[in-house]
Amino acid sequence: MAGPTLVDQLKTKFGEKISGANLENIDPWIEISPDGLLEVCRHLRDEPSLAFDYLSCISGVDYLHTDEKKAAKSEWQPHTEVVYHLYSMKHKHSLVLKVMLPRWRDNEPGELPEVPTVSHLWSTADWHEREVYDLSGVYFTGHPNLRRILCPEDWVGHPLRKDYQMPLEYHGIRGR
Amino acid sequence: MASAVEDPRIIEFDVRTDEMLINMGPQHPSTHGVLRLVLRTDGEIVSEVVPHIGYLHRCAEKIGENLTPRQWIPYTDRMDYLAGMNMNLGWAMAVEKLVGYRVPERGRHLRVLISELNRIASHLVGMGAYGLDLGTFSPFLYAFREREKILDLFEEACGARLTYSYLTPGGATADLPRGWLKKCEDFLDQFVPLIDEYHTLLTTNSIFVKRTAGIGIMSPDMAIDFGTSGPVLRGSGIDHDMRRDGEEIYTSMYEGYAFEVVCERDGHYPRDHAYPAVPHEAVLGDCWHRFYVRMLEVVQSVDLCRQAIDRYSTSTGSYGEPMKLTAKLPKGECYLETEAPKGQMGFYLVSSGDAIPWRVRARSSSFCNLSVTNTLCKGCLIADIPAIVGSLDIVMGEIDR
Repeated sequence: MAGPTLVDQLKTKFGEKISGANLENIDPWIEISPDGLLEVCRHLRDEPSLAFDYLSCISGVDYLHTDEKKAAKSEWQPHTEVVYHLYSMKHKHSLVLKVMLPRWRDNEPGELPEVPTVSHLWSTADWHEREVYDLSGVYFTGHPNLRRILCPEDWVGHPLRKDYQMPLEYHGIRGR
Repeated sequence: MASAVEDPRIIEFDVRTDEMLINMGPQHPSTHGVLRLVLRTDGEIVSEVVPHIGYLHRCAEKIGENLTPRQWIPYTDRMDYLAGMNMNLGWAMAVEKLVGYRVPERGRHLRVLISELNRIASHLVGMGAYGLDLGTFSPFLYAFREREKILDLFEEACGARLTYSYLTPGGATADLPRGWLKKCEDFLDQFVPLIDEYHTLLTTNSIFVKRTAGIGIMSPDMAIDFGTSGPVLRGSGIDHDMRRDGEEIYTSMYEGYAFEVVCERDGHYPRDHAYPAVPHEAVLGDCWHRFYVRMLEVVQSVDLCRQAIDRYSTSTGSYGEPMKLTAKLPKGECYLETEAPKGQMGFYLVSSGDAIPWRVRARSSSFCNLSVTNTLCKGCLIADIPAIVGSLDIVMGEIDR
């Protein structure tokens, strides 16, 4: 679905908030700045010619090389991505949105990066965002009930981050 | 709500006079595995259901970041362990989409045959276990009698009865053994007349209808809003099936196959004349309709299996050799959803150009289907909770991953 026409359309409407696009990938994606996410999502959902009424998936992807040699050769700076896969039941087309975030808010380790919640636009985002928060460590501002969903509530760390260290011990159970 | 679970003393002050918190599970027989539901009730009326999941969490996605795609196949088996073949297929096709590989003709028909056969097995368990939830034991035994034969067929094809790892990126690990098609054909011939038994046992059973019809009604808007899929979505009357509406790489697998998406159109299901009529108590989107969609999909799958047998036996060439274990993946990322028995199973694969993916993500259908529970159960009776949760046909292995 994501083609040059849609990108141009969105760019004229939202300007700087559409921060980029990759149309060469197998599934082309559009990149959105965190502060524009809500507006763009609302437009994508409510505009009749787009009608993305179905949110398939939200994933968090962490980009960090823990190996210094690899990090030196890497093409990207360390960052975290939140990827939204949208689908339209009416038009049977799909779209990929990406939000790029720093790994830590204000580069302070331990402070989770923030992105606004879309759970009021698609109810299914509620659980997906909780999962991304739990496993990838992204804070969704405005989420009604952001707590861990798969890991226990007293778990420390976010397992799908590349620098995650498995705990030595959890309630008397040996970890590593 | 977080405080309600963390510190029970707060609730003591917080509750209204007649309100009570009831803990259901994680070992309750009707929760289909280790699912814990915390019910807030006023007498018999449920005002809130809070599902607690994660008891089976293995972080399969993290494991996937350390294995090559073919090595991760056994982990996909253990997601929806009632439909391992469909899970294998979903992951295999996502990898093939990234690589840009197409399965040869013979492999394509083999995949249709195997995955539709597994769909029958999965729906049989869904039906039998639903009977158990509602307090009748015999349908479960009937369902397992037939499922056993499907498992025997699978065992002959790949050596395993539950965790197959059979369909794999590239095709399948082996071709079907000699004489297998005949056995499969015999099974289908013998199976079709038995479907009427299930309808007698459950579909038209007046107790069953009273327990399910008009209960847990999900409107089409709600079904889409909560991202439900599979029979749960189609039970609400939405005409959507990934086998027909999905991406080209997946729908091309079903190219040339004749099938109609099972969902209600103008008060009728496709080819429903042969089956019991919809009872007048049933409302579109209730537990009964979700169950009925599954029952009709079994018939649809039998039909697809027969078509696949014909095509497979007449096609020549390779069934699709598995990809090399350590083959490097091209740089890029892709997402593919396939129609598993429980709904749309999505796999998201990010590759940085190594043999090992940078990130794998499994979008589970049961996960989304379960998230609707709280909204669906508001205002129902405690005794209806097993009926509603059972009608969603969830598998905890897939939810927790």
